[in-house]
Amino acid sequence: MPSSFEVTIRPHRGWQPIDLREIWLYRELLAFLVWRDIKIRYRQTLLGALWAVLQPLIAMLIFTFIFNRLAGVKSDGPPYPLFALAGLAPWTFFSTAVSQSSNSLVSNQQLVSKIYFPRVFIPLGSVGALLLDLGLSLVLLALLMVHYRWPVSLTVLWLPVFIVAAVLATSGVGLILSAFNVSFRDVKYAVPFLIQMGIFVTPVIYPIRYIPGSWRILMGLNPMAGVVLGFRYAILGTASPWPVMGLSLAVSVLLFVSGLLIFRRMERRFADII
Amino acid sequence: MQPILQIEHLSKEYLLTRDSFEQSGMRAGLARKWAALRRLGASNFPDENSEDHFWALKDVSFNVNEGDVVGIIGRNGAGKSTLLKIVSRITDPTEGRVVVRARMASLLEVGTGFHPELTGRENIFLNGAILGMRKAEIVAQFDEIVAFAELEKFLDTPVKHYSSGMHVRLGFAVAAHLNREILIVDEVLAVGDMAFQKKCLGKMSEVSRVGRTVLFVSHNMAAVENLCRHGIVLNGGKVVFVGTAKEAVLDYLGRVSGSRDSTGNVIDLTTASDRRFARVPLLKRMEFYTDDNRPLANDLQIGARLQVRIHFDLPELIDDFNVGLGFDNSYGQRVFTAQSQFQPGRIPQVRVGPQIYTCDIPSLTLTPGEYSLRVWLEINDAEADLINDAMRIRIIESDYYGTGKVPWNGAFVLKHRWLNQSANYPAKGS
Repeated sequence: MPSSFEVTIRPHRGWQPIDLREIWLYRELLAFLVWRDIKIRYRQTLLGALWAVLQPLIAMLIFTFIFNRLAGVKSDGPPYPLFALAGLAPWTFFSTAVSQSSNSLVSNQQLVSKIYFPRVFIPLGSVGALLLDLGLSLVLLALLMVHYRWPVSLTVLWLPVFIVAAVLATSGVGLILSAFNVSFRDVKYAVPFLIQMGIFVTPVIYPIRYIPGSWRILMGLNPMAGVVLGFRYAILGTASPWPVMGLSLAVSVLLFVSGLLIFRRMERRFADII
Repeated sequence: MQPILQIEHLSKEYLLTRDSFEQSGMRAGLARKWAALRRLGASNFPDENSEDHFWALKDVSFNVNEGDVVGIIGRNGAGKSTLLKIVSRITDPTEGRVVVRARMASLLEVGTGFHPELTGRENIFLNGAILGMRKAEIVAQFDEIVAFAELEKFLDTPVKHYSSGMHVRLGFAVAAHLNREILIVDEVLAVGDMAFQKKCLGKMSEVSRVGRTVLFVSHNMAAVENLCRHGIVLNGGKVVFVGTAKEAVLDYLGRVSGSRDSTGNVIDLTTASDRRFARVPLLKRMEFYTDDNRPLANDLQIGARLQVRIHFDLPELIDDFNVGLGFDNSYGQRVFTAQSQFQPGRIPQVRVGPQIYTCDIPSLTLTPGEYSLRVWLEINDAEADLINDAMRIRIIESDYYGTGKVPWNGAFVLKHRWLNQSANYPAKGS
């Protein structure tokens, strides 16, 4: 017997609200897509999930050598390797997740053109799957802290807030770029370049105090700046400017919401043009 | 009672240009904005350039009642896929609406979302979830799905090592266990081996007997006739026929055969190229008809009637002549020869001038394929005029045996029976 279930399919124009009820109905699928991405990511690789740790670890070693030893960049308290890794963990998450999610719709063309489900799950699934890698690099960071005997302070309670901020910022960027990538494959070429440049406008390798005071607040417009500062603040207990972090948090939320709305507006044409 | 699926004035417009910049409407949009900025007025940049626009569907309306099984047929480009995509919510309509009053699942492709690196087991879960199944549902039906796919031994093998047949079997097995009130099925049975196709057809008819509503698109007319109660014919994005499945198939076939041109059933033999004759060309023309005297231009279902009307001239008073018609298959083998001298009780008569002889084959039981016709005239046991490849007739699938199982092998079909007598022989044993 047909239930009270009823759907009307009609043309949509302009901005549409996000259908939270439907996202809730399909929530298991999001979990499956995350699970799929995790399962296949390191399949048929020699080192497997070790890659999740190797990337930030090697980057940390190189950065420490080049920027700390050669260029004389100083951290803002903790040993430079800890300082660098605390920034690299969220940054690696952001850069990998953005490059994967921006390409996710195009690489899942078959899903887009043959079946219906909330399409936001495709880029969100890519982002979600990388949370595991973020977790692993945080474990690496914890081991390194033990090695350097660097204490954990109560500020670690803030960590979930900054992880959420990282996810929101990353998802927002991923949603927008993946949607544009359907029509304009230029995104594929622009993303690696943007990520490469991004590390310089985010205080990953240098402390924020290197930025002149009056310019510092502008850093807050970069959502990942607040996330990187926040990770260091929460994990290493370094002093971080709240105005910058606060602005970044707000930008992250804004980015996520506008990402969802832009995606929703563009998604109805995906199947026709992908 | 309200229809379970209500399709109202549905239209879908596509832009034909393949440039994605154009496709996204961005260029026209920017041009208009730019024009507005320059106060030229948006109307100077018409984006309704009619040749760039194409209506894949135009004002399509029909209702489907609960438990109904509806076949949608039409030529390629008739709008079938677009219709299914809109009903499946994959793409938005441009105009009109669809009201769906039950939970629906669509199967536009077998094994959507299969990942080659994942094992069969993992893909069952993934594919099930993508089709809209809950994890609990998949777990509950897991064993049945595996049994249906007959892939027990390969469950933990990555799907990339599967043959295409195994791939299809796994995909269909998952889809067949979808517990939804409405099922939308595209041309998915066209892939996979014959034996499994039949199993799928069996499962489909099982589904429809349970009272589920099915919307079914296929080129397999036998399947449509056998599985569907109602049929809808689409042509050029419009609904051109609604009726029972059988009527719809007939209507469709009428359109297909009538499509070459209106006089495609008449072949002018005076211009034939591959011809040899004794003195002068005598064969003038041929006309083709099928059941109910409908003109036939090309396609004929297995077992349908074929009437060939042959016009020729007799140059002088002749009482011994013979008209022949040969059917060669695509390998050039003669599969059947019809000759007027085989007509029993024929009394030779002296004739002269224009003649019309009709060869009536009540049921042409050749298997699907293309057949080339040779036509000839013999006078006094000597070849007088002969034309090779005078016409090509394509035999297409039909439910000849009335079972929904399409004959495909061999050269022709014959009515036959199977009897079971094994009970007469006691089993040998210890």
